[in-house]
Amino acid sequence: MIDPITRLEGHGKIAIFLNDDGGVANVYFQVPELRGFEKFSEGRPAEDMPQITQRICGVCPEAHHMASTKALDDLFHVEPTSTAKKLRELFYSSFYVTDHTTHFYILAAPDFVVGPDAPPAERNIFGVIAKVGLELGGAVIRIRHENHWVIQTIGGRPVHPCFGLPGGVSRAISEEERAKIEEIAKSSVEFAKLSLKVFDDVVLKNKTYVDMILSETFTHRTYYMGLVDEKNKVNFYDGKVRVVDPDGKEFCKYAPRDYLKHVAEHVEPWTYLKFPYLKNVGWKGFVDGKDSGVYRATPLSRLNAADGMATPLAQEEYEKMYSVLGGKPVHYTLATHWARLIELLYAAERMLELVRDPEITNPNIRTIPNATPDEGVGIVEAPRGTLTHHYITDERGVIKKCNLIVGTTNNYAAFYMSVKKAAEDLIKPGKEITEGLLNRIEMAWRPYDLCLACATHSLPGQLPLEVTIYDAQGNEIKKLSQGIS
Amino acid sequence: MAKLKVALYWAASCGGCEIATLQIGDKVLKLIEAADIVFWPVAVDTKYADVEKMPDKSIDACLFNGAIRTSENEHIAKLLRAKSKIMIAYGSCAYEGCIPGLSNFYNRQMTFERAYIETPSTDNPKKILPQTKVKVPEGELEIPEFYDTVKTLGQTVDVDYFIPGCPPEEKSTWLALEALITGKLPPKGTVISPSTKAVCDECPRKKEEKKIKKFYRPYEIIPEPEKCLLEQGLLCYGVATRGGCGALCPQANMPCTGCYGPVDGVIDQGAHFLSALSSIIDSNDPEEIQKIVNDIPDPAGTFYRYSLPASLLRRARIK
Repeated sequence: MIDPITRLEGHGKIAIFLNDDGGVANVYFQVPELRGFEKFSEGRPAEDMPQITQRICGVCPEAHHMASTKALDDLFHVEPTSTAKKLRELFYSSFYVTDHTTHFYILAAPDFVVGPDAPPAERNIFGVIAKVGLELGGAVIRIRHENHWVIQTIGGRPVHPCFGLPGGVSRAISEEERAKIEEIAKSSVEFAKLSLKVFDDVVLKNKTYVDMILSETFTHRTYYMGLVDEKNKVNFYDGKVRVVDPDGKEFCKYAPRDYLKHVAEHVEPWTYLKFPYLKNVGWKGFVDGKDSGVYRATPLSRLNAADGMATPLAQEEYEKMYSVLGGKPVHYTLATHWARLIELLYAAERMLELVRDPEITNPNIRTIPNATPDEGVGIVEAPRGTLTHHYITDERGVIKKCNLIVGTTNNYAAFYMSVKKAAEDLIKPGKEITEGLLNRIEMAWRPYDLCLACATHSLPGQLPLEVTIYDAQGNEIKKLSQGIS
Repeated sequence: MAKLKVALYWAASCGGCEIATLQIGDKVLKLIEAADIVFWPVAVDTKYADVEKMPDKSIDACLFNGAIRTSENEHIAKLLRAKSKIMIAYGSCAYEGCIPGLSNFYNRQMTFERAYIETPSTDNPKKILPQTKVKVPEGELEIPEFYDTVKTLGQTVDVDYFIPGCPPEEKSTWLALEALITGKLPPKGTVISPSTKAVCDECPRKKEEKKIKKFYRPYEIIPEPEKCLLEQGLLCYGVATRGGCGALCPQANMPCTGCYGPVDGVIDQGAHFLSALSSIIDSNDPEEIQKIVNDIPDPAGTFYRYSLPASLLRRARIK
């Protein structure tokens, strides 16, 4: 049995049971926490939901704030002003720049830049800086810092924003602020281009890494989900949810209001987290393929589910990725890191487009709702998956029912399966279980950028890992542990 | 001088406090110069078992964020209390219970039924609920027990200091860390914040006479940019909330929601706000007052947005 993300430090644990000959009998990925937002939101004023639900996750509060604010537009039957929508998307694009930067450089790059078998003490951001140089290390810190300034300037607060209202946003931006954001957007575009170059130099030019990306151990053939605009291009803030099957064909495309026709959630007694799946395929257990309703909602999934990117540089990179990896869809889980960098470039380019929009400093940022509130659904793409907020209120706009399907949760079955497959491929009878093995197993879930904050809470990917190996009789035979920083 | 030994831990929280801790920016270097981080699950490779082996009181200070929601949260809180000389409740969840503390309006059964049975996307015909111990073909699986009631850290173990905020702003965090580093510690029980007074004290909006005939919901009006929000009929919580944040929300044209907890000398933030409100309602006619108050749709959940577990109410009685 492997038991990582320790039961005591963690908010997630994995149990892997061995069979009599020392191979893997079964795997369980448990989430040991629930906070109950779907219940205690009942009775709260609907307009407070953006600020309430963002406390699900302090890592991606911006995503909850946006999904919730959009659910309020729908609930109050109000169309936000054009400037309000652009300010929200500008804010959200800036958030994506920081979030994807953090994941790539701090969490993912150590595996590739420093190496999957490097000692844990070197496999961290400092090891990455040692390899790529202080200059790029400084750029990572600067880009994050500057975009946090953008988030606070538009969103009102550095961590949990406060600007979302049905029909708009609470504050306009000045020309001075706009000019500063434009400079930050420009450097974000350059930074994203540089990041893709680093990926090209360090990962794609290294055959060992490319072979690992293409290996069966890190491959699953599933459905893919992502939000798309009217031209089927990737969009983080608005649009319809599109799902493609494992062959890349469109399986369904739905408006937020129709999510219940397409997604359902399965319950297991050994975990506090539910397993979403495609309702019209059905829950067939933890298996991939066309007959299983398991889908993924990750950066790679969004690229697979769309026909391209809406900005020119990101579109070039999109085409390059699919040409290198042999066409769409890509099932190699580790290619998610590449897809994330393409999204980083898109987010930065989108930010620049929006901040140069002549409307962006317009003071007309609110439409006052005048219809009776009843029911609303809001969907955005959180960095870690499609995020759905659904509220039903009384005629005063007080929440009667709340349902949430949250970023990381979408991928619960998939990352469970990825861990299981890696464990099955790597733990073999008679083969010694080493520290390196632990990291390989960890690499199976790292692409999902697990934010168990959304499910439980922990910084994405930074879960300490403890592995306890049990034999077929349930006796502990070995314990390994490592921190991931 | 020997370096300080500092531990950081999260219990039932959102991760925002971890992000807030990192917001001290360059001062992280000062912290690392003065202190060794001996336990921090997000960043440092020290195991729970290693903490257990440490002698009692061998950690100089523990910054504990998150509320107490499960048996696991409680267990670790007690362990870290035993190992630490100073226990600090960091952030609103540990200090007062925060937004997840609104769960105390309901109980475990109601929360489980909503999450695992009733929600419209859930497909659970056998009405399976998570169990602390489950037999599977390969053995037995365990998850921590989910409690009926959210508790604060101070209701679970003895706490020396409190740092308010959801999450604490950089200035509040640094104030506490600086006190630890220099050894200039305030009296036990102090709420460490740049301000002991209300948010209004640091809010640049112009205050005149507060007389209210009608309350508005934030989506109903576009407030005047420079005038006090409460005077415009928005339920701005600044009068009953400790400052230290710099009045961020009112400056974004949104009412303060109370995340820094009560001002010095006040135990129950909700009761304090209620008394402040009653003095500004511009009427002597009980019927009219009732009508004005009726515009507030969720008084308990609004006045105790961050502090229900720590308040005199603590939780709703479920029949």
